[in-house]
Amino acid sequence: MSVLVFAESSEGKFKKSSFELTSYGKKVAEQLGTNLVVLTINATENETLYKYGAEKVLQVTSEVLATFNAKKVANVLKQAAEKENSKVVIVDSNANGLYLAPLVAVNLSAGFASNVMALPSSTSPFTVKRKAFSSKAFNNCKISTDIKVISLSKNSYGVHENEVSGSIEGFSPVIATSNLSSEKIEQTTGKVTIADADIVVSGGRGLKGPENWGMVEDLASILGAATACSKPVSDLGWRPHSEHVGQTGKPVASNLYIAIGISGAIQHLAGINSSKIKVVINTDAEAPFFKAADYGIVGDAFEVVPKLIEKLKEFKANNA
Amino acid sequence: MKILVCISHVPDTTSKVNFTENDTKFDSNGVQFVINPYDEFALTRAMWFKEKQGATVTVVNVGNASTEPTLRKALAIGADDAIRVNIEATDGFAVAKELAEVVKNGSYNLVLAGKESIDYNGGMVPGMLASLLDYNFVNACISLEIDGEKATISREIDGGKEVLSCNLPLIVAGQKGLVEEKDLRIPNMRGIMMARKKPLIVVESINSEAGTISVSFEKPTAKSACKMIDADNVGELVNLLHTEAKVI
Repeated sequence: MSVLVFAESSEGKFKKSSFELTSYGKKVAEQLGTNLVVLTINATENETLYKYGAEKVLQVTSEVLATFNAKKVANVLKQAAEKENSKVVIVDSNANGLYLAPLVAVNLSAGFASNVMALPSSTSPFTVKRKAFSSKAFNNCKISTDIKVISLSKNSYGVHENEVSGSIEGFSPVIATSNLSSEKIEQTTGKVTIADADIVVSGGRGLKGPENWGMVEDLASILGAATACSKPVSDLGWRPHSEHVGQTGKPVASNLYIAIGISGAIQHLAGINSSKIKVVINTDAEAPFFKAADYGIVGDAFEVVPKLIEKLKEFKANNA
Repeated sequence: MKILVCISHVPDTTSKVNFTENDTKFDSNGVQFVINPYDEFALTRAMWFKEKQGATVTVVNVGNASTEPTLRKALAIGADDAIRVNIEATDGFAVAKELAEVVKNGSYNLVLAGKESIDYNGGMVPGMLASLLDYNFVNACISLEIDGEKATISREIDGGKEVLSCNLPLIVAGQKGLVEEKDLRIPNMRGIMMARKKPLIVVESINSEAGTISVSFEKPTAKSACKMIDADNVGELVNLLHTEAKVI
C-alpha cells in the first residue's frame, strides 16, 4: 500500500504547491501507516522532495510529456498508482490538477473529493473536509471507493519540513494516445500569477481609472504580489479579464489579499473567501468588505497606498 | 452538430447558506434556484452554435422534479428540448455515469458544461464524463470555435492560456470567456411561452454507484471583527501584518 502524490514541475522546477502536496501526502501516509510515493515528470531537482517527506520519488522522463496533456498524465498516474498499490492519490488544485483529477478518478474507479482543506478526519471511513458553496461552507464527505483521489486546496495545509532519506526510481510508463493537440501556449510573461501568488493586491472602481494602477503595481512589486481587480474594473476594460477575481472570475487563495477601492459585493467575496488575511482600504466606512476583512483602513487610497508603500520599503530595508 | 448542455440547478449566488437536519442537508427554504452561472456561459455559447451554425441544443439535468423550472428556463432561453434524469444528484461520479448514458443514447458530438457548480464546487462531472466516454476533453475553457468537425479551444492555465485543437466529439467545461456576461440572455415572454410546449423528457436513472457520500456541512467559524487602523498610522498595518498575521 502507499499514498501517491503528483508533484508538478514547470521547466524542471517544482511549483511551491508541490512541496505543500508532498508535506500533506506524508502526513496522510503516516495516518494510514504506509509510505509516500511522489510521481514527477521531467523534474530536475527530485532530491528536494526528501525534505518534505518523499520516501520514494517515481521519476518519469519523457519528451512527449513536455507539453501537458491531461489524458496522458492521468494515464501515467493510473499506471503509477497500480504499480505502487496506492490507495490515496493526491493532486494539486491548480489549472492542470483540476483538469487531471477527474480523469485519474475514472481511470482508477475512485471517488474524488476536490478542494480538500485539511488532513482526513478519519481514515476508516476515509473522511475529508472540503470547501463548498464558494468557501461559504465546508462539506465533510466520505470517499467510499477502495482508491481515493483528492485535490488539495492551495495554502490550506502549508509547507512542512519532514526530512526523510528517500530514493529515486526511474519509471517508464506506456504513454496513451490523445487526439487533442496543443497548438500554442501564451504566458503572461514575467509577472507573478494570481494562482501562484502568496499575496494578491487588488483594485476596484474606487481607483477611478486605469491610469491610477501604477501604485497598485508598485505595492504588488514590493510585496512580490500578483495584481488583480474587481469585476467592474475588468468590464470597463481598465484591466485585463485575466485579473478579474470573484464568483465568475478567478478564485484567490492567497495568504494575504489587499483590496483597494473595492466595496466587497457578495460575488467578489465569493472569489476571495479562501484567502487567509484580508486587508481593505476604502473611503466608505460602510463598505460591506469591512465585515469580511481582518484589517481595515478607512481612507483615500491615493493617500493611504503611497504611505503604505513607503512603510513597506522601510520594513523591507530593516528586515532584509 | 448535436449539442448537449449539462445544467446544474443551484442556489443563486446571493443566497444565504444554511443547513438543516443536523447540518446534513442544504436548507432550500426561501432560496431562489438558478441555472449554474458557469453552465449559463456554456448554454449561451450553444445558442450561438444553434443560430449561426444550425446546431440542435438539448439541455440535461440529473435531479428530482424540483429542478424542472431550471430546465424550463434553459428552454425559454432557446434550447430545443430537455432531459431530466430522475435521481437526486449527490455525487459527481454518479452524475457523470448517468450523463454518459444520455450522451450514448443521444449520440451528441459536443457536450458543454460549466467547469464547476457554485454550490458543491466539485468540478469533476465534465472530466469524468469525457473519461467514461473516451471523448476529447478541455477544462476551464475560455473560447471555442468549431468549423465542420474541427474544434479550436482555448483553456485558462496558471498565468496565461493554451490553445488546443481536435476533432469532434468533444466535451468542454467552460467558464467566462466562452461568452461574456453581457452576452447572457434573459428569457423573453415569447421564449417562456414556447418553452412550455417544448419536450422535457424524464428518463429513469441507471442507479450508478457513487464515489463519495456527504456526511455533514459546517460553516466557517465567525471571524473576529475587522481591526481598524487609522489612515494616518499606516505603519501599524505593516507591523500587524508582520507580527500578528505573519503574512509578510
